[in-house]
Amino acid sequence: MDKPLIDVEDLRIRFHGAHRSHDAVRGISFTIGREKVGIVGESGSGKSLTGRSLLKLTPKGAKITAKHMRFRGTDLLAASEKDMRRIRGNHISMILQDPKYSLNPLMRIGNQIVEAYRLHHNAPPAEAKAKALAMLEAVQIREPKRVFDLFPHEVSGGMGQRIMIAMMLIPEPDLIIADEPTSALDVTVRRQVLTILDELVSRRGTGLMFISHDLNLVASFCDRVLVMYAGRIMEDLPARDLHQARHPYTQALLESLPRLDHPVDELRVPVRDPSWLDGPVYRNGVLV
Amino acid sequence: MNAPDRTLVEAIGLSISFGVQNTRTRVVDDVSFRIRKGEAYGLIGESGCGKSTILRALSGLNGDYEGALVLGARELPKKRGKDFFRRVQMVFQDPYGSLHPRKIVERVLAEPLAIHGFDRPSERIAETLEAVGLGPSFRYRYPHELSGGQRQRVAIARALIIEPEVLLLDEPTSALDVSVQAEILNLLKRLRRERNLTYLMVSHDLAVIAHICERAGIMHQGRIIEELSAEQIRHFQAREDYTRAFLEASIESVARREEVGA
Repeated sequence: MDKPLIDVEDLRIRFHGAHRSHDAVRGISFTIGREKVGIVGESGSGKSLTGRSLLKLTPKGAKITAKHMRFRGTDLLAASEKDMRRIRGNHISMILQDPKYSLNPLMRIGNQIVEAYRLHHNAPPAEAKAKALAMLEAVQIREPKRVFDLFPHEVSGGMGQRIMIAMMLIPEPDLIIADEPTSALDVTVRRQVLTILDELVSRRGTGLMFISHDLNLVASFCDRVLVMYAGRIMEDLPARDLHQARHPYTQALLESLPRLDHPVDELRVPVRDPSWLDGPVYRNGVLV
Repeated sequence: MNAPDRTLVEAIGLSISFGVQNTRTRVVDDVSFRIRKGEAYGLIGESGCGKSTILRALSGLNGDYEGALVLGARELPKKRGKDFFRRVQMVFQDPYGSLHPRKIVERVLAEPLAIHGFDRPSERIAETLEAVGLGPSFRYRYPHELSGGQRQRVAIARALIIEPEVLLLDEPTSALDVSVQAEILNLLKRLRRERNLTYLMVSHDLAVIAHICERAGIMHQGRIIEELSAEQIRHFQAREDYTRAFLEASIESVARREEVGA
Protein backbone atom coordinates (compact mmCIF):
# COMPACT_ATOMS: atom_id res chain seq x y z
CA MET A 1 0.00 0.00 0.00
CA ASP A 2 2.83 2.33 0.80
CA LYS A 3 4.49 1.66 -2.52
CA PRO A 4 4.38 4.80 -4.62
CA LEU A 5 2.19 4.92 -7.71
CA ILE A 6 4.81 6.62 -9.75
CA ASP A 7 8.51 6.11 -9.33
CA VAL A 8 10.78 8.05 -11.65
CA GLU A 9 14.54 8.22 -11.55
CA ASP A 10 16.78 10.42 -13.64
CA LEU A 11 14.17 11.42 -16.22
CA ARG A 12 15.55 13.35 -19.16
CA ILE A 13 13.63 14.80 -22.08
CA ARG A 14 15.64 16.00 -25.01
CA PHE A 15 14.63 17.73 -28.23
CA HIS A 16 16.98 17.07 -31.11
CA GLY A 17 17.51 20.04 -33.36
CA ALA A 18 19.33 20.28 -36.66
CA HIS A 19 22.38 21.92 -35.12
CA ARG A 20 22.05 21.51 -31.41
CA SER A 21 19.91 19.58 -29.00
CA HIS A 22 17.94 21.09 -26.18
CA ASP A 23 17.39 19.34 -22.86
CA ALA A 24 13.99 20.40 -21.58
CA VAL A 25 14.07 18.11 -18.55
CA ARG A 26 17.47 17.29 -17.08
CA GLY A 27 17.62 14.30 -14.80
CA ILE A 28 14.76 14.56 -12.33
CA SER A 29 13.71 11.91 -9.82
CA PHE A 30 10.48 11.81 -7.86
CA THR A 31 7.79 9.53 -6.53
CA ILE A 32 4.07 10.12 -6.23
CA GLY A 33 1.97 8.12 -3.80
CA ARG A 34 -1.68 8.48 -2.90
CA GLU A 35 -1.22 12.17 -2.19
CA LYS A 36 -1.47 15.59 -3.81
CA VAL A 37 1.84 16.58 -5.30
CA GLY A 38 2.18 20.07 -6.76
CA ILE A 39 4.70 20.85 -9.45
CA VAL A 40 5.39 24.56 -9.73
CA GLY A 41 7.66 26.48 -12.04
CA GLU A 42 7.65 29.23 -14.61
CA SER A 43 6.92 28.70 -18.27
CA GLY A 44 9.65 26.65 -19.88
CA SER A 45 10.70 24.95 -16.66
CA GLY A 46 9.60 21.56 -18.00
CA LYS A 47 6.72 20.97 -15.63
CA SER A 48 4.04 20.21 -18.24
CA LEU A 49 6.45 18.07 -20.23
CA THR A 50 7.16 16.00 -17.12
CA GLY A 51 3.44 15.42 -16.64
CA ARG A 52 2.92 14.46 -20.25
CA SER A 53 5.92 12.14 -20.29
CA LEU A 54 4.21 9.91 -17.72
CA LEU A 55 1.51 9.23 -20.31
CA LYS A 56 4.01 9.26 -23.16
CA LEU A 57 2.11 12.12 -24.76
CA THR A 58 5.15 14.29 -25.40
CA PRO A 59 5.61 15.89 -28.83
CA LYS A 60 7.10 13.70 -31.57
CA GLY A 61 10.56 15.24 -31.45
CA ALA A 62 11.02 14.65 -27.74
CA LYS A 63 13.25 11.81 -26.62
CA ILE A 64 12.58 10.42 -23.16
CA THR A 65 15.25 8.57 -21.23
CA ALA A 66 15.38 7.54 -17.57
CA LYS A 67 17.00 5.04 -15.25
CA HIS A 68 13.49 3.89 -14.57
CA MET A 69 9.97 5.22 -14.90
CA ARG A 70 7.45 2.94 -13.28
CA PHE A 71 3.76 3.10 -12.69
CA ARG A 72 2.75 0.53 -10.04
CA GLY A 73 5.41 -1.86 -11.24
CA THR A 74 4.72 -1.33 -14.95
CA ASP A 75 7.75 -0.09 -16.78
CA LEU A 76 6.43 2.91 -18.71
CA LEU A 77 9.59 3.23 -20.77
CA ALA A 78 9.23 -0.26 -22.21
CA ALA A 79 5.44 -0.08 -22.59
CA SER A 80 4.15 -0.31 -26.15
CA GLU A 81 1.61 2.11 -27.58
CA LYS A 82 -1.03 -0.57 -27.01
CA ASP A 83 -0.09 -0.90 -23.34
CA MET A 84 -0.14 2.88 -22.98
CA ARG A 85 -3.64 3.05 -24.39
CA ARG A 86 -4.76 0.73 -21.64
CA ILE A 87 -3.09 2.88 -19.01
CA ARG A 88 -4.27 6.24 -20.33
CA GLY A 89 -7.63 7.20 -18.91
CA ASN A 90 -8.08 3.89 -17.15
CA HIS A 91 -5.19 4.13 -14.69
CA ILE A 92 -3.71 7.56 -15.27
CA SER A 93 -5.88 10.35 -16.56
CA MET A 94 -5.18 13.95 -17.36
CA ILE A 95 -7.17 17.13 -16.77
CA LEU A 96 -6.13 19.91 -19.10
CA GLN A 97 -6.16 23.65 -18.67
CA ASP A 98 -8.99 24.73 -20.87
CA PRO A 99 -12.23 22.74 -21.24
CA LYS A 100 -13.02 24.77 -24.37
CA TYR A 101 -10.37 22.90 -26.29
CA SER A 102 -10.51 19.52 -24.61
CA LEU A 103 -14.20 18.65 -24.96
CA ASN A 104 -15.55 17.49 -28.30
CA PRO A 105 -17.67 20.41 -29.52
CA LEU A 106 -19.94 18.20 -31.67
CA MET A 107 -20.89 15.68 -29.01
CA ARG A 108 -23.36 16.04 -26.17
CA ILE A 109 -21.68 16.24 -22.78
CA GLY A 110 -23.38 13.14 -21.40
CA ASN A 111 -22.33 11.00 -24.34
CA GLN A 112 -18.73 12.05 -23.90
CA ILE A 113 -18.76 10.93 -20.29
CA VAL A 114 -20.52 7.68 -21.19
CA GLU A 115 -17.91 7.06 -23.85
CA ALA A 116 -15.09 7.59 -21.36
CA TYR A 117 -16.68 5.03 -19.07
CA ARG A 118 -17.53 2.39 -21.65
CA LEU A 119 -14.10 2.59 -23.21
CA HIS A 120 -12.67 1.08 -20.06
CA HIS A 121 -15.58 -0.83 -18.56
CA ASN A 122 -17.70 -3.35 -20.37
CA ALA A 123 -21.02 -1.91 -19.25
CA PRO A 124 -24.46 -1.72 -20.92
CA PRO A 125 -25.48 1.77 -22.08
CA ALA A 126 -28.17 2.23 -19.45
CA GLU A 127 -25.77 1.48 -16.63
CA ALA A 128 -23.14 3.79 -18.13
CA LYS A 129 -25.69 6.57 -18.37
CA ALA A 130 -26.74 6.14 -14.75
CA LYS A 131 -23.08 6.20 -13.77
CA ALA A 132 -22.45 9.37 -15.82
CA LEU A 133 -25.40 11.14 -14.19
CA ALA A 134 -24.16 10.16 -10.76
CA MET A 135 -20.71 11.45 -11.66
CA LEU A 136 -22.12 14.78 -12.85
CA GLU A 137 -23.86 15.07 -9.52
CA ALA A 138 -20.63 14.22 -7.72
CA VAL A 139 -18.94 17.21 -9.33
CA GLN A 140 -21.85 19.35 -8.12
CA ILE A 141 -23.67 20.02 -11.31
CA ARG A 142 -27.11 21.01 -10.20
CA GLU A 143 -29.35 19.54 -12.89
CA PRO A 144 -27.38 16.58 -14.21
CA LYS A 145 -30.24 15.41 -16.45
CA ARG A 146 -30.43 18.73 -18.25
CA VAL A 147 -26.65 19.15 -18.52
CA PHE A 148 -26.31 15.60 -19.85
CA ASP A 149 -27.98 16.70 -23.11
CA LEU A 150 -26.12 19.99 -23.54
CA PHE A 151 -23.28 20.69 -25.93
CA PRO A 152 -19.96 22.03 -24.60
CA HIS A 153 -20.60 25.54 -25.97
CA GLU A 154 -23.74 25.77 -23.86
CA VAL A 155 -21.95 25.55 -20.53
CA SER A 156 -19.70 28.03 -18.72
CA GLY A 157 -15.96 27.60 -18.23
CA GLY A 158 -16.25 26.45 -14.65
CA MET A 159 -18.94 23.96 -15.54
CA GLY A 160 -16.87 22.71 -18.48
CA GLN A 161 -13.94 22.12 -16.17
CA ARG A 162 -16.14 20.19 -13.73
CA ILE A 163 -17.42 18.10 -16.65
CA MET A 164 -13.82 17.38 -17.64
CA ILE A 165 -13.12 16.27 -14.08
CA ALA A 166 -16.20 14.03 -14.14
CA MET A 167 -15.01 12.50 -17.38
CA MET A 168 -11.53 11.87 -16.06
CA LEU A 169 -12.74 10.40 -12.79
CA ILE A 170 -15.40 8.07 -14.11
CA PRO A 171 -13.01 5.24 -15.11
CA GLU A 172 -11.70 5.51 -11.52
CA PRO A 173 -8.02 6.08 -12.30
CA ASP A 174 -5.26 5.60 -9.75
CA LEU A 175 -3.49 8.78 -10.69
CA ILE A 176 -4.73 12.09 -12.06
CA ILE A 177 -2.41 14.52 -13.77
CA ALA A 178 -3.94 17.98 -13.67
CA ASP A 179 -2.12 20.50 -15.85
CA GLU A 180 -3.13 23.99 -14.70
CA PRO A 181 -6.73 22.84 -14.16
CA THR A 182 -7.90 26.14 -12.72
CA SER A 183 -5.86 28.88 -14.39
CA ALA A 184 -8.66 29.63 -16.86
CA LEU A 185 -11.21 29.97 -14.06
CA ASP A 186 -12.42 32.76 -11.80
CA VAL A 187 -11.48 32.64 -8.15
CA THR A 188 -14.88 31.60 -6.82
CA VAL A 189 -15.22 28.88 -9.45
CA ARG A 190 -11.64 27.86 -8.83
CA ARG A 191 -12.42 27.28 -5.21
CA GLN A 192 -15.41 25.09 -6.13
CA VAL A 193 -13.40 22.99 -8.57
CA LEU A 194 -10.55 22.50 -6.11
CA THR A 195 -12.91 21.50 -3.33
CA ILE A 196 -14.45 18.84 -5.54
CA LEU A 197 -11.07 17.60 -6.69
CA ASP A 198 -9.77 17.49 -3.13
CA GLU A 199 -12.80 15.60 -1.88
CA LEU A 200 -12.77 13.03 -4.66
CA VAL A 201 -9.04 12.49 -4.37
CA SER A 202 -9.04 11.97 -0.63
CA ARG A 203 -12.15 9.79 -0.64
CA ARG A 204 -10.93 7.44 -3.32
CA GLY A 205 -7.28 7.50 -2.40
CA THR A 206 -6.29 8.69 -5.86
CA GLY A 207 -2.87 10.17 -6.46
CA LEU A 208 -2.82 13.69 -7.88
CA MET A 209 -0.08 15.45 -9.77
CA PHE A 210 -1.03 19.12 -9.78
CA ILE A 211 0.91 21.23 -12.26
CA SER A 212 0.62 24.95 -11.66
CA HIS A 213 2.46 28.24 -11.81
CA ASP A 214 0.59 29.55 -8.77
CA LEU A 215 2.76 29.04 -5.70
CA ASN A 216 0.21 30.15 -3.15
CA LEU A 217 -2.47 27.94 -4.58
CA VAL A 218 -0.16 24.93 -4.47
CA ALA A 219 0.95 25.78 -0.93
CA SER A 220 -2.61 25.72 0.34
CA PHE A 221 -3.93 22.86 -1.77
CA CYS A 222 -1.22 20.20 -2.08
CA ASP A 223 0.58 17.91 0.35
CA ARG A 224 3.99 18.12 -1.26
CA VAL A 225 5.59 20.57 -3.69
CA LEU A 226 8.27 20.10 -6.30
CA VAL A 227 9.76 23.37 -7.55
CA MET A 228 11.13 23.15 -11.07
CA TYR A 229 13.61 25.48 -12.71
CA ALA A 230 15.26 25.00 -16.10
CA GLY A 231 14.39 21.31 -16.29
CA ARG A 232 15.46 20.35 -12.79
CA ILE A 233 13.69 19.93 -9.48
CA MET A 234 15.29 22.58 -7.29
CA GLU A 235 13.36 21.85 -4.19
CA ASP A 236 11.12 19.06 -2.93
CA LEU A 237 9.30 19.84 0.30
CA PRO A 238 6.02 19.55 2.21
CA ALA A 239 3.57 22.18 0.94
CA ARG A 240 3.05 23.72 4.35
CA ASP A 241 6.79 24.47 4.57
CA LEU A 242 6.86 26.26 1.21
CA HIS A 243 7.27 29.62 2.90
CA GLN A 244 10.37 28.39 4.68
CA ALA A 245 11.88 27.21 1.42
CA ARG A 246 15.66 27.05 1.35
CA HIS A 247 16.49 27.42 -2.31
CA PRO A 248 17.10 31.04 -3.33
CA TYR A 249 14.99 30.51 -6.45
CA THR A 250 11.95 29.36 -4.48
CA GLN A 251 12.42 32.23 -2.06
CA ALA A 252 12.75 34.75 -4.87
CA LEU A 253 9.62 33.46 -6.58
CA LEU A 254 7.63 33.80 -3.37
CA GLU A 255 8.89 37.31 -2.82
CA SER A 256 8.05 38.41 -6.34
CA LEU A 257 4.33 37.98 -5.65
CA PRO A 258 2.37 41.01 -4.50
CA ARG A 259 0.83 40.19 -1.14
CA LEU A 260 -2.31 41.55 0.43
CA ASP A 261 -1.10 41.08 3.98
CA HIS A 262 2.32 42.58 3.41
CA PRO A 263 2.35 45.71 1.25
CA VAL A 264 5.66 46.68 -0.29
CA ASP A 265 6.62 49.62 -2.44
CA GLU A 266 8.64 47.58 -4.88
CA LEU A 267 8.40 43.87 -5.60
CA ARG A 268 11.57 41.83 -5.60
CA VAL A 269 12.47 40.59 -9.04
CA PRO A 270 14.27 37.24 -8.99
CA VAL A 271 17.86 37.59 -10.09
CA ARG A 272 18.78 34.37 -11.82
CA ASP A 273 22.07 32.95 -10.79
CA PRO A 274 23.66 30.88 -13.59
CA SER A 275 25.04 28.53 -10.94
CA TRP A 276 21.46 27.39 -10.20
CA LEU A 277 21.45 25.51 -13.49
CA ASP A 278 23.67 22.80 -12.06
CA GLY A 279 23.79 24.00 -8.49
CA PRO A 280 22.51 22.55 -5.24
CA VAL A 281 19.03 21.16 -4.75
CA TYR A 282 17.08 20.83 -1.52
CA ARG A 283 14.87 18.06 -0.25
CA ASN A 284 12.68 18.74 2.80
CA GLY A 285 14.81 21.75 3.66
CA VAL A 286 18.06 19.78 3.54
CA LEU A 287 20.77 20.11 0.94
CA VAL A 288 20.99 16.98 -1.20
CA MET B 1 1.33 64.73 -4.21
CA ASN B 2 -1.87 65.19 -6.18
CA ALA B 3 -3.54 68.44 -6.98
CA PRO B 4 -6.51 68.60 -4.61
CA ASP B 5 -9.26 66.41 -6.00
CA ARG B 6 -9.04 67.39 -9.62
CA THR B 7 -11.15 64.77 -11.42
CA LEU B 8 -9.56 63.72 -14.67
CA VAL B 9 -11.63 60.75 -15.82
CA GLU B 10 -15.26 60.29 -14.99
CA ALA B 11 -18.02 57.88 -15.98
CA ILE B 12 -21.60 59.00 -15.37
CA GLY B 13 -24.42 56.48 -15.64
CA LEU B 14 -22.56 54.35 -18.16
CA SER B 15 -24.66 51.53 -19.64
CA ILE B 16 -23.64 49.17 -22.42
CA SER B 17 -25.78 46.51 -24.08
CA PHE B 18 -25.00 43.83 -26.63
CA GLY B 19 -27.27 41.88 -28.96
CA VAL B 20 -30.51 42.77 -30.71
CA GLN B 21 -34.14 42.92 -29.61
CA ASN B 22 -35.07 40.11 -27.25
CA THR B 23 -31.53 38.77 -26.96
CA ARG B 24 -30.22 42.19 -26.00
CA THR B 25 -28.49 42.06 -22.63
CA ARG B 26 -27.17 44.84 -20.51
CA VAL B 27 -23.52 44.06 -19.83
CA VAL B 28 -22.73 47.28 -18.01
CA ASP B 29 -25.54 48.76 -15.97
CA ASP B 30 -25.50 52.37 -14.79
CA VAL B 31 -21.87 52.55 -13.73
CA SER B 32 -20.35 55.75 -12.37
CA PHE B 33 -16.88 56.43 -11.05
CA ARG B 34 -14.33 59.25 -10.83
CA ILE B 35 -10.58 59.11 -11.10
CA ARG B 36 -8.50 62.03 -9.88
CA LYS B 37 -5.44 63.21 -11.73
CA GLY B 38 -2.45 61.12 -10.74
CA GLU B 39 -4.58 58.44 -9.15
CA ALA B 40 -4.64 54.74 -9.96
CA TYR B 41 -8.11 53.25 -9.98
CA GLY B 42 -8.84 49.54 -10.34
CA LEU B 43 -11.81 47.59 -11.56
CA ILE B 44 -12.00 44.08 -10.10
CA GLY B 45 -14.40 41.31 -10.94
CA GLU B 46 -14.85 37.90 -12.40
CA SER B 47 -15.04 37.16 -16.09
CA GLY B 48 -18.19 38.51 -17.68
CA CYS B 49 -18.76 41.19 -15.06
CA GLY B 50 -18.25 43.96 -17.60
CA LYS B 51 -14.90 45.37 -16.47
CA SER B 52 -13.15 45.06 -19.83
CA THR B 53 -16.27 46.34 -21.60
CA ILE B 54 -15.99 49.59 -19.63
CA LEU B 55 -12.36 49.91 -20.64
CA ARG B 56 -13.19 49.34 -24.30
CA ALA B 57 -15.91 52.00 -24.18
CA LEU B 58 -13.61 54.47 -22.50
CA SER B 59 -10.79 53.82 -24.95
CA GLY B 60 -13.10 54.49 -27.90
CA LEU B 61 -13.12 50.92 -29.20
CA ASN B 62 -16.85 50.71 -28.65
CA GLY B 63 -18.93 53.82 -29.21
CA ASP B 64 -22.27 52.15 -28.56
CA TYR B 65 -22.97 53.16 -24.98
CA GLU B 66 -25.40 55.27 -22.97
CA GLY B 67 -24.40 57.75 -20.32
CA ALA B 68 -21.38 59.97 -20.41
CA LEU B 69 -17.64 59.58 -20.28
CA VAL B 70 -15.73 62.66 -19.27
CA LEU B 71 -12.06 63.54 -19.68
CA GLY B 72 -10.86 66.69 -18.00
CA ALA B 73 -14.00 68.80 -17.84
CA ARG B 74 -15.40 67.87 -21.22
CA GLU B 75 -17.69 65.04 -22.23
CA LEU B 76 -16.08 62.76 -24.80
CA PRO B 77 -17.74 62.47 -28.19
CA LYS B 78 -18.81 58.93 -29.20
CA LYS B 79 -16.33 59.08 -32.03
CA ARG B 80 -13.04 60.01 -30.46
CA GLY B 81 -10.74 62.53 -32.09
CA LYS B 82 -7.00 62.42 -32.45
CA ASP B 83 -6.50 64.67 -29.43
CA PHE B 84 -8.18 62.04 -27.25
CA PHE B 85 -5.68 59.34 -28.20
CA ARG B 86 -2.90 61.82 -27.59
CA ARG B 87 -4.03 61.98 -23.95
CA VAL B 88 -5.31 58.43 -23.33
CA GLN B 89 -3.49 55.24 -24.30
CA MET B 90 -4.20 51.59 -23.68
CA VAL B 91 -2.05 48.55 -22.82
CA PHE B 92 -3.64 45.23 -23.67
CA GLN B 93 -3.62 41.93 -21.87
CA ASP B 94 -1.81 39.73 -24.31
CA PRO B 95 1.59 40.99 -25.45
CA TYR B 96 1.69 38.10 -27.92
CA GLY B 97 -1.37 39.41 -29.75
CA SER B 98 -0.98 43.17 -29.46
CA LEU B 99 2.27 43.68 -31.39
CA HIS B 100 2.46 43.44 -35.16
CA PRO B 101 4.57 40.35 -35.92
CA ARG B 102 6.17 41.89 -39.04
CA LYS B 103 7.19 45.20 -37.52
CA ILE B 104 10.43 45.76 -35.66
CA VAL B 105 10.27 47.58 -32.34
CA GLU B 106 11.43 50.84 -33.91
CA ARG B 107 8.55 50.89 -36.39
CA VAL B 108 6.07 50.01 -33.65
CA LEU B 109 7.24 53.04 -31.70
CA ALA B 110 7.67 55.38 -34.68
CA GLU B 111 4.06 55.01 -35.79
CA PRO B 112 2.32 56.88 -32.93
CA LEU B 113 4.97 59.62 -33.21
CA ALA B 114 4.24 60.10 -36.92
CA ILE B 115 0.47 60.09 -36.35
CA HIS B 116 0.67 62.77 -33.70
CA GLY B 117 3.37 64.78 -35.46
CA PHE B 118 6.12 64.63 -32.85
CA ASP B 119 9.57 65.96 -33.57
CA ARG B 120 12.88 64.15 -32.92
CA PRO B 121 11.42 60.63 -33.38
CA SER B 122 14.76 58.89 -33.15
CA GLU B 123 15.69 60.45 -29.81
CA ARG B 124 12.22 59.87 -28.40
CA ILE B 125 12.35 56.18 -29.30
CA ALA B 126 15.71 55.81 -27.58
CA GLU B 127 14.48 57.66 -24.48
CA THR B 128 11.29 55.65 -24.19
CA LEU B 129 13.05 52.33 -24.63
CA GLU B 130 15.41 53.40 -21.86
CA ALA B 131 12.47 54.39 -19.64
CA VAL B 132 10.82 50.96 -19.89
CA GLY B 133 14.10 49.22 -19.17
CA LEU B 134 14.95 48.00 -22.65
CA GLY B 135 18.34 48.93 -23.97
CA PRO B 136 19.11 50.30 -27.46
CA SER B 137 19.82 46.74 -28.63
CA PHE B 138 16.08 46.01 -28.65
CA ARG B 139 15.38 48.70 -31.21
CA TYR B 140 15.76 46.59 -34.31
CA ARG B 141 14.15 43.38 -33.11
CA TYR B 142 10.96 41.65 -34.18
CA PRO B 143 8.37 40.66 -31.55
CA HIS B 144 9.20 36.95 -31.97
CA GLU B 145 12.72 37.73 -30.80
CA LEU B 146 11.40 39.03 -27.48
CA SER B 147 10.12 37.27 -24.36
CA GLY B 148 6.62 37.90 -23.00
CA GLY B 149 7.87 40.44 -20.48
CA GLN B 150 9.94 42.29 -23.07
CA ARG B 151 6.94 42.45 -25.40
CA GLN B 152 4.80 43.90 -22.66
CA ARG B 153 7.51 46.52 -22.10
CA VAL B 154 7.35 47.40 -25.80
CA ALA B 155 3.56 47.67 -25.54
CA ILE B 156 3.96 50.02 -22.58
CA ALA B 157 6.61 52.02 -24.46
CA ARG B 158 4.25 52.37 -27.43
CA ALA B 159 1.58 53.77 -25.14
CA LEU B 160 3.97 56.11 -23.33
CA ILE B 161 5.91 57.50 -26.27
CA ILE B 162 3.36 60.21 -27.05
CA GLU B 163 3.34 61.25 -23.39
CA PRO B 164 -0.30 60.60 -22.53
CA GLU B 165 -1.93 61.56 -19.23
CA VAL B 166 -4.02 58.43 -18.77
CA LEU B 167 -3.07 54.78 -19.25
CA LEU B 168 -5.82 52.17 -19.54
CA LEU B 169 -4.43 48.83 -18.42
CA ASP B 170 -6.37 45.68 -19.30
CA GLU B 171 -4.93 42.86 -17.17
CA PRO B 172 -1.40 43.85 -18.18
CA THR B 173 0.29 40.99 -16.32
CA SER B 174 -2.14 38.08 -16.37
CA ALA B 175 -0.41 36.40 -19.31
CA LEU B 176 3.02 36.60 -17.65
CA ASP B 177 5.03 34.51 -15.20
CA VAL B 178 5.17 35.73 -11.62
CA SER B 179 8.75 36.96 -11.80
CA VAL B 180 8.00 38.86 -15.02
CA GLN B 181 4.80 40.16 -13.46
CA ALA B 182 6.90 41.63 -10.64
CA GLU B 183 9.11 43.44 -13.19
CA ILE B 184 6.15 44.91 -15.07
CA LEU B 185 4.33 45.96 -11.89
CA ASN B 186 7.48 47.69 -10.63
CA LEU B 187 7.83 49.42 -13.98
CA LEU B 188 4.21 50.63 -13.96
CA LYS B 189 4.61 51.95 -10.45
CA ARG B 190 7.82 53.80 -11.24
CA LEU B 191 6.50 55.31 -14.48
CA ARG B 192 3.41 56.58 -12.74
CA ARG B 193 5.49 58.31 -10.12
CA GLU B 194 7.95 59.81 -12.61
CA ARG B 195 5.36 61.04 -15.09
CA ASN B 196 2.39 61.71 -12.82
CA LEU B 197 0.25 59.34 -14.88
CA THR B 198 -3.34 58.39 -14.15
CA TYR B 199 -4.15 54.68 -14.35
CA LEU B 200 -7.37 52.79 -14.86
CA MET B 201 -6.48 49.16 -14.36
CA VAL B 202 -8.69 46.13 -14.88
CA SER B 203 -7.77 42.87 -13.20
CA HIS B 204 -9.19 39.83 -11.48
CA ASP B 205 -6.21 39.64 -9.15
CA LEU B 206 -6.82 41.43 -5.87
CA ALA B 207 -3.18 41.49 -4.81
CA VAL B 208 -2.14 43.11 -8.09
CA ILE B 209 -4.84 45.77 -7.79
CA ALA B 210 -3.99 46.47 -4.15
CA HIS B 211 -0.33 46.80 -5.12
CA ILE B 212 -0.87 49.32 -7.93
CA CYS B 213 -4.11 51.15 -7.15
CA GLU B 214 -5.28 53.44 -4.35
CA ARG B 215 -8.94 52.69 -4.91
CA ALA B 216 -10.91 50.01 -6.71
CA GLY B 217 -14.47 49.35 -7.76
CA ILE B 218 -15.73 45.80 -7.22
CA MET B 219 -17.88 44.76 -10.18
CA HIS B 220 -20.59 42.16 -10.25
CA GLN B 221 -23.12 41.58 -13.03
CA GLY B 222 -22.41 44.85 -14.77
CA ARG B 223 -22.50 47.10 -11.71
CA ILE B 224 -19.92 48.53 -9.39
CA ILE B 225 -21.34 47.16 -6.17
CA GLU B 226 -18.88 48.97 -3.94
CA GLU B 227 -15.70 50.98 -3.92
CA LEU B 228 -12.86 50.07 -1.61
CA SER B 229 -9.49 51.63 -0.89
CA ALA B 230 -6.39 49.45 -1.16
CA GLU B 231 -6.26 49.50 2.64
CA GLN B 232 -9.82 48.23 2.93
CA ILE B 233 -9.05 45.42 0.48
CA ARG B 234 -6.02 44.43 2.50
CA HIS B 235 -8.08 44.27 5.68
CA PHE B 236 -11.12 42.66 4.04
CA GLN B 237 -13.38 45.52 5.06
CA ALA B 238 -16.21 44.91 2.62
CA ARG B 239 -19.85 45.76 3.13
CA GLU B 240 -21.41 43.62 0.41
CA ASP B 241 -21.78 39.84 0.76
CA TYR B 242 -20.58 39.25 -2.77
CA THR B 243 -17.39 41.23 -2.16
CA ARG B 244 -16.74 39.28 1.00
CA ALA B 245 -17.19 35.96 -0.81
CA PHE B 246 -14.92 37.20 -3.59
CA LEU B 247 -12.24 38.34 -1.17
CA GLU B 248 -12.43 35.05 0.69
CA ALA B 249 -12.07 32.97 -2.45
CA SER B 250 -9.03 34.98 -3.49
CA ILE B 251 -7.56 34.84 -0.02
CA GLU B 252 -7.83 31.10 0.64
CA SER B 253 -4.10 30.68 0.39
CA VAL B 254 -3.35 34.00 2.05
CA ALA B 255 -4.96 32.84 5.29
CA ARG B 256 -2.32 30.16 5.54
CA ARG B 257 0.42 32.62 4.77
CA GLU B 258 -0.57 34.70 7.77
CA GLU B 259 -0.15 31.67 10.03
CA VAL B 260 3.35 31.27 8.70
CA GLY B 261 4.13 34.91 9.27
CA ALA B 262 2.83 34.83 12.85
